Amino acid sequence: MTSTAIRVAGLHKRYGEKQAVAGLDLEVRTGEIFSVLGPNGAGKTTTVEILEGFRKRDSGEVQVLGTDPQRGDRHWRARLGIVLQSSEDRPELTVREQVHHAAKFYPRPRDPDEVIAVVGLEEKAATRSRQLSGGQRRRLDVALGVIGSPELLFLDEPTTGFDPEARRSFWELIRSLRDSGTTILLTTHYLDEAEALADRCAVVSSGRVVALDTPKNLGGRATRVARVRWLEDGVPHEVESESPTAYVTELAARFDGEIPGLQVLRPTLEDVYLSLIGSKDER
Amino acid sequence: MTTTESKTPDLTTAPPRLPGALRLGLDRTVIELKTFFRERDAVIFIFAYPVIMLGIFATVFGDQTIDFGTGTELDFAAYFLPGMVATGLLLTSFQNLAISISAERDDGSLKRLRGTPMPPAAYFLGKVGSVLVTSLVQMILLFAVARFVFDIAMPGADGWTTFAWVFLLGTASGAVCGVAFSSLPRSGRSSSAVVTPVVLVLQFISGVFFTFPSLPDWMQQVAALFPLKWMAQGMRAAFLPDAAKAAEPAGTWELPMVAAVLAAYLVVGLVLGVKTFRWRRRYDG
Repeated sequence: MTSTAIRVAGLHKRYGEKQAVAGLDLEVRTGEIFSVLGPNGAGKTTTVEILEGFRKRDSGEVQVLGTDPQRGDRHWRARLGIVLQSSEDRPELTVREQVHHAAKFYPRPRDPDEVIAVVGLEEKAATRSRQLSGGQRRRLDVALGVIGSPELLFLDEPTTGFDPEARRSFWELIRSLRDSGTTILLTTHYLDEAEALADRCAVVSSGRVVALDTPKNLGGRATRVARVRWLEDGVPHEVESESPTAYVTELAARFDGEIPGLQVLRPTLEDVYLSLIGSKDER
Repeated sequence: MTTTESKTPDLTTAPPRLPGALRLGLDRTVIELKTFFRERDAVIFIFAYPVIMLGIFATVFGDQTIDFGTGTELDFAAYFLPGMVATGLLLTSFQNLAISISAERDDGSLKRLRGTPMPPAAYFLGKVGSVLVTSLVQMILLFAVARFVFDIAMPGADGWTTFAWVFLLGTASGAVCGVAFSSLPRSGRSSSAVVTPVVLVLQFISGVFFTFPSLPDWMQQVAALFPLKWMAQGMRAAFLPDAAKAAEPAGTWELPMVAAVLAAYLVVGLVLGVKTFRWRRRYDG
């Protein structure tokens, strides 16, 4: 197996006047959760749909599991799992019917009832999708995405509309898929989701990758200056420091023990993200 | 799982066998039928419609007869049956597919299927299979009601032969035209608003509700451009006594013309359907 699941170089796609993707480069390693972040209209969905074989590119090199998606045949499709953004389809079919039916398309499907259990829909197996909640429908989408035991799973905005608890258990599900060897390309709006799940993430803006790193290091996050805040005589103080540990030690000595209201702040992923997409013009 | 890495080269040289299109077509047929019969709108306005209309017309005009001027008299209900047969076939093939495919395109079902290794042929086989089963069951129901509730005589062997080929040709051309027409509505929600009036107008001008010769000449000529008029005429040939052909515009059943027009629609519909079919919404780029 190659160590690269997806390789994109110099990808371009234009719709009329709008350059949706403008020289995008990307490499997703086999077995990782790779997250693509970016504002609406940044070219995320276009890029992902080119990778999934739904759209044609104008130029550039694209290899997904060693195949050009524009020439992807049924064998290639059988190795992919795709969870699209919205789903209102098949309202009259039950969870069990849909998962069992989808399993028949694949040469080596997972056990449908097992998959239903894994996504936590056992109790809803006999329910038609019309009657499922938003979160349950998303779980069904994931079940349909993984039923063929894909090597590569595309997840587009998977947790939109989830309550916090449902999101947590969904994340567990995604991690367990990665741990069983599935490569996952995750597109999301939620930075905490990327931070919780992604091994690496790319920030896309104006059709280009503007940053690519682990969530911890994205945009030089780990090495950026930290802010140290504390209270002194009831007055808040704040100092920017490249060596916050030394600074706090100093403070501790000065206060001779506890420092009132002590906070050491690193830039959040959101701070970094906003500065990254803000630094590039939106269009 | 642990040993797969060493085995991987074998897997790529000998990809696993994919399930065949024919078998998947059968699976699709079952899924399509389940979906169809669980949608109340479809069951009433497509499946039961001809039976309901036959019931209404046969009840309202039950005591009227039609005189063909050749000494042959026919109950209005009996004259009405072939028109309802043709209408039912048009609904289950054309209207059903035009609306359902348009809705499936809009709600993302088609895109989802396109993202799986399902061969496209299986999708269309499923549509064909479900249209065939639905229309056959519909015909059986219609004939049972006609025969046992309204006491309408069923045709002899010759009539059934005519019925069989008009049924197959009519359903096939209606189905391919439905696939082609499904690209016209702008959204799934507007699809029945776009398709239903077309079918309704065709019913009025094609002599399904009235005796065809009682329509104005120009209307007969317009109707002759569309398949429903020919399907109804073919079905009249199958179900009415031979003497009734005197009332047809040409004075005969024109069966070769029925076959020619339906076959032409089959070919044109097929070409248009193949050319215009999309797995994604129009505005998806």
